[in-house]
Order: sequence, then structure tokens, then C-alpha cells
Amino acid sequence: MLEIKNLHVEVEGKQILNGIDLHVKAGEMHAIMGLNGSGKSTLSNAITGRENYNVTKGDIIYKNESILEMEPNKRALAGIFMSFQYPTVIPGVNNTYFLRAAVNAKRKYNEQKEYDAASFLKFVKSKLQEVEMDSKYLKRAVNEGFSGGEKKRNEMLQLLCLEPELAIMDETDSGLDIDALKIISKGINNYKNKNRSFLVITHYQRLLKYIEPDVVHVLIDGKIIKSGGKELALELEEKGYSWLES
Amino acid sequence: MSESKNSVIDQRVKEDYKYGFISDIESETLAPGISEETIHYISKKKKEPAWLLEWRLKAYRKWLELKEPNWQNVKYKNIDYQDISYFSAPKKNEVKSLDELDPELLRTYDKLGISLNEQKMMNGVAVDAVFDSVSIATTFREELKSHGVIFCSFSEAAIDYPEIVKKYLGSVIPQTDNYFACLNSAVFTDGSFVFIPKGVKCPMELSTYFRINEAKTGQFERTLIIAEEGSSVSYLEGCTAPMRDENQLHAAVVELVALDNATIKYSTVQNWYPGNPKTGEGGIYNFVTKRGLCSGKNSRISWTQVETGSAVTWKYPSCILKGDNSVGEFYSVALTNNMQQADTGTKMIHIGKNTKSTIISKGISAGQGQQTYRGEVKIMKNADNARNFSQCDSILIGDRCGAHTFPYIDVRNQSATMEHEASTSKIGEDQLFYCNQRGINTEDAVSMIVNGFCKEVFNELPMEFAMEAAKLMEVSLEGSVG
Repeated sequence: MLEIKNLHVEVEGKQILNGIDLHVKAGEMHAIMGLNGSGKSTLSNAITGRENYNVTKGDIIYKNESILEMEPNKRALAGIFMSFQYPTVIPGVNNTYFLRAAVNAKRKYNEQKEYDAASFLKFVKSKLQEVEMDSKYLKRAVNEGFSGGEKKRNEMLQLLCLEPELAIMDETDSGLDIDALKIISKGINNYKNKNRSFLVITHYQRLLKYIEPDVVHVLIDGKIIKSGGKELALELEEKGYSWLES
Repeated sequence: MSESKNSVIDQRVKEDYKYGFISDIESETLAPGISEETIHYISKKKKEPAWLLEWRLKAYRKWLELKEPNWQNVKYKNIDYQDISYFSAPKKNEVKSLDELDPELLRTYDKLGISLNEQKMMNGVAVDAVFDSVSIATTFREELKSHGVIFCSFSEAAIDYPEIVKKYLGSVIPQTDNYFACLNSAVFTDGSFVFIPKGVKCPMELSTYFRINEAKTGQFERTLIIAEEGSSVSYLEGCTAPMRDENQLHAAVVELVALDNATIKYSTVQNWYPGNPKTGEGGIYNFVTKRGLCSGKNSRISWTQVETGSAVTWKYPSCILKGDNSVGEFYSVALTNNMQQADTGTKMIHIGKNTKSTIISKGISAGQGQQTYRGEVKIMKNADNARNFSQCDSILIGDRCGAHTFPYIDVRNQSATMEHEASTSKIGEDQLFYCNQRGINTEDAVSMIVNGFCKEVFNELPMEFAMEAAKLMEVSLEGSVG
């Protein structure tokens, strides 16, 4: 699914990632853990192709192809989704309209018939239940006036509608109350299957109480310094990051 | 603007008129220059009554004493008024078939969803054969006549309904109101005339759409709309296709008069040629004076404008709220991309009691576009319980454009209620990336964000126009990001 080879990334002239190697197979869930400033978000931004995240060395292979030259929207259409740490507000743009534009862009890309307004509403309402969101959020502008938890659930709703094959959850657990955390974890667990992979980026192991990563990586100073099973997350919780740094 | 650009524009102005002479074999084009003789010529061409000629000459003499204003926040090369031709017929022979048209232009039309016939009409391609704009107007006229509605060209009105024209012409915008209105009063060539009699709700939307070719004959249009007691009318102006107009200066005047309980809704979608995207060269100077007089009680005048074209736009559709309980509204979307400049807004003059005005202005700047909102709300001494709500929002795309807001508020009555909201925001990299990450391409993302921003104003447009306006924004913004 995703293979990252010796990835070096520079942001505004500053080297952030110093040679990341990562292999996420179809159906796997990987967790990337690390402190603030370790390069976690840089990694997700580099994979999704955000401007100013310059790959200076190495490669990102998705479905057996290098995606370094791909536009961000093409990467999304190819099945890479990122749940944003800070979802953006788009005033005046109706949430349903936005979601339909996104879903239809993907359907067009997959040469499927695009949804009209009525059929889309039916489709989105079925997804809404899964994240326990009220349909009133569909009528609001994208993320406008949403609480932290509502924004993250809205991200999860988008994920469910867009059906990505690789979902990157960037600090999804930050700013979530316990109920929302449970809803999102349930969403992730239900969504995961043998063809769908997750890359879960997190600071704490809080989220990992509810989901089961196959592999846990520890990122420090732009390098993965240790990888292991779920128990590694527990060890981090207990000992902190410092024991790994020396 | 640098000297070299100025001279390029200057040259272009001259070229265009020279071109007009050569290609325009079927039409009569008056040699450049303005004098009393010019006005005599125009008036004679239009077979106008003597009083109108006198009215024009009076305006001309006053104009000679006026100075071109320079307070507006736009820059343009000084206009040489002796280098403009004040009368010229449509350039029918310019393009002989659609195949000769710029493919880029055709592509744009296609995107706008305008049919081939409409394209032909709008481009002045074989208009006489395919679409006789005069007969179209007549068809309209007969249908409307059964309701007592008069809808005809201004020139015809001056001959057929001299009493009404005489009574209202210049009653809202006096000749000397401003430099360009005064010039227009002297040399206007045509425009529309609408009269809705007492108690009649005009049964259809009136539009200059079909008469755009006619309007092209003159750079100085004059429109007069009168709604008698208890009547109502919705009027659409302009066309949603990008006209490649060779004219440099458009100085139109629009006067609206609403009597007791009458309603006039005036919508504009302006998309004149904005000029060369890199230099601004060849674009239109759109210096227009529009004003409505709510003269009767409970009358209502509503201006809705979508301004996406022209190199320089300078206009303030305004309302004089004279009648008690009268209502004035101004809904505006203005877009300046590339080298475009706009200084636009409104004036709401509250004179009557319990008068109410609403101003919603949305400005979008992209490229190196510069935009100014300028609005004045004036509450006069006797305007008890007047209310105004103003909202001016600007959005910037990229970092080379600018947005400026100059609200003037003058309150002379303590019972007035004034509300003013303003905001400036930027289409951020984060918003675009967010859309991109959901698979939406940048062009669609920009138009989605901008349309979201303009929604309140688009909602005021007649349905079909609203759709076209949204599409027009898309086209006008093309290439503004990335």
C-alpha cells in the first residue's frame, strides 16, 4: 500500500525528516508516535503533498508508484485521505455541498455516475449515523462554529463518504472528549478491513486504548528510532520518550 | 501605472477607433471629437425633438466648465475626449462567422452554457440575418403593451412619449451631478426606457440582454425606468457573456423613479472586457452613474450588481429615500482580477420617515486587482426612525491584490439606527489544501470558496441570472491561483 524510503523533507529550508523508512501493507494499521516537533505532521503533509513540504531525498511509493510528482488532489483521488489535526473553516460553503463535491470528484475519477442532490443526501445520512452526528451539521458551513469534537467527527464523516484506502489520522485524538474518542475509534475499527490501511499519528497512547495498531513506530528528530508491537505504546506511556533518546 | 503602459493604452485607444473606421463599412461613424456640432449630429440622427437637443446642448456647455474627478481610488490614463467618436453603429462585419472567433472566447461561452444562437447574437455575428434585435424588442413590446407597460429604446421614447421623458429625464441625476453624467447628458446615444403604469405588476423580467448590440452602438447609454403607484418591475441589465468591446469609455446613466407603493428591482451582471490580463491594456473604463428615487411612500428600490468585467469600474448605484417608509437595497459582488480596478459602493440618502436601507457588499480581489468599497449613508434631519444595515466583506486571493473600505456615515437625526459590519479575509493555502486533500481541484475549490462568500448577493438575483453569475465568477477567476 504505502512504502516510504529514506524520506528527507525540508520545510522552509529547515530539515525536518531525516530518512524515514516505513512500509504499510494493505489492511495494516500503523501508529506513529512522537513528541511535538518530532516531524509527525510533516510526515503526513509530505504524504498528502502539501505545498512547501519539499522532499529532498528518498521516495514515497503508493500502490507501487512514486507519488512525489502527483498533485495533492490526485493523491486524494487515488485513495489517500488525511483527517486533519485542525480542520479548516470554509465560510458560506454548505457542508453537504462540499462533501458532495468531494464525493463526486472521486466518483468522476472512478468513472462512476455522480450523485445528484437527492441521492447524495440519502447516501450521506446513512453515514451520519455511524459517527452519531445530527443532520443539522449538514446544513452548516464547512466546520464553521463546530466544536473540536464536532470537527473531528466531521472529518470521520468525510472519511466514511470518500472511502479511502489509506487513511492518515493526524492527531485525531487531540481535543476530543471521551465520548467522541469512542465514536471515532469505533468508526476506525468498523472501517478497517483487509484492503484498507491506517496511519495513525498521535502524541499520546490514549487513542490506542480503543484501536489496535499492528505496528507502533517512535519518531524522534525526524527519524524512526524504534518500531514494535502495541506493547511499545504502553512502554512509552510508562517511561516517556526520554529513555529512547540517548 | 507606468508611463510605458499608459502609452500602450493610449495607442490602443487610437487603434481601436481607427479599426472601427476601416472595418465598419455599413455603419456611419462620426469622426472623433466633441463639439456642439457633434451633438447636433447625434440629435439629428436620432430624429429627436428640439427640446431634447436643447437639453443636450445645455449639458454640454456645463460639461465644458466641469473638471474630471480624481478622488476615486483608481488609476487610469487621462482620457482625451477629443479622441473619442461619439456616434458609431454596430460593427457587424467585424467577424463574419463563428469560426473566425477566438477559440478561447468560444470555450468561455461553452463554459457559461450559452447556446450558439446566443453567442451569435452577442458577438454581433450576422445579427440582422439571425437575430433582428429590433423585432425582438417589438415582440416584447406588444406583449407588454397589453398590460400597459412601455418598454422601448430611449430614442424611440423621446419621440413617442416626449411628455414622460421630459418630466423625468434628469430628475434623479441632474445634468451637473458629476462630470461623466454631464458628458452622458450631452452625448448619450441610446438606452432603455421603461414605464410601468399605476397598479401594474410587470408580467415578465425586462432585460437589455436582447438589445446588447444596440447598446454597443454607443458608449453612453441612458436608461430611465418609472414605476407608477402600486406597480412593480424587475429589470436585468447587461449580459453574462464576455463582450470583447472595443470601446474604451462607458459612461452610462441610469435613473429610476418609484412612486407610492411601487417596487423596482434592478439587476446588473457586468462583464465588459477587462483588458489584457498582464497589462490591463484595452479594457473598458466603466464610469457609470446610477441612482433611484423612492419618491413615494412605501416605495422600494433594490440594486443588485455582479461586476466582474472592465479594466476600471467606478460606480455607486444609490437610493434617495424620500417617501416615508421607503426601502433602499444594494447587493453587490465585485471581482477584480489581474490588472482590474474597481471603486464601487452605494449611497443611501434617508429623507423620509421610517426609511430603511440595506447594503451588502462583497469584494473579491485576485491577481493584482485593486478594489475599493465606498459607501455613504446619510440620515437627514427629518428622517425619523431611519435604519441602515451595512455589511462589507472582502476576500483576497494571492498576495498582490488589495481591498480598501471607505464607509461614510452622516447622521443628522438622533432616532436613527445604524449597523455596520466589515471583514477582510484571505483564501488561505489551508482552505485550498483542505479542498485538494478531499480530491477537489484548485480551480473548483477557488470557485466554491468564492461562491460561498457571494451567496447572500447571488440569492438576490433572479434565479437564472444567479446560476450564470456563479459560472461567470468561475470563468473570471480562472488561473487566479497557482
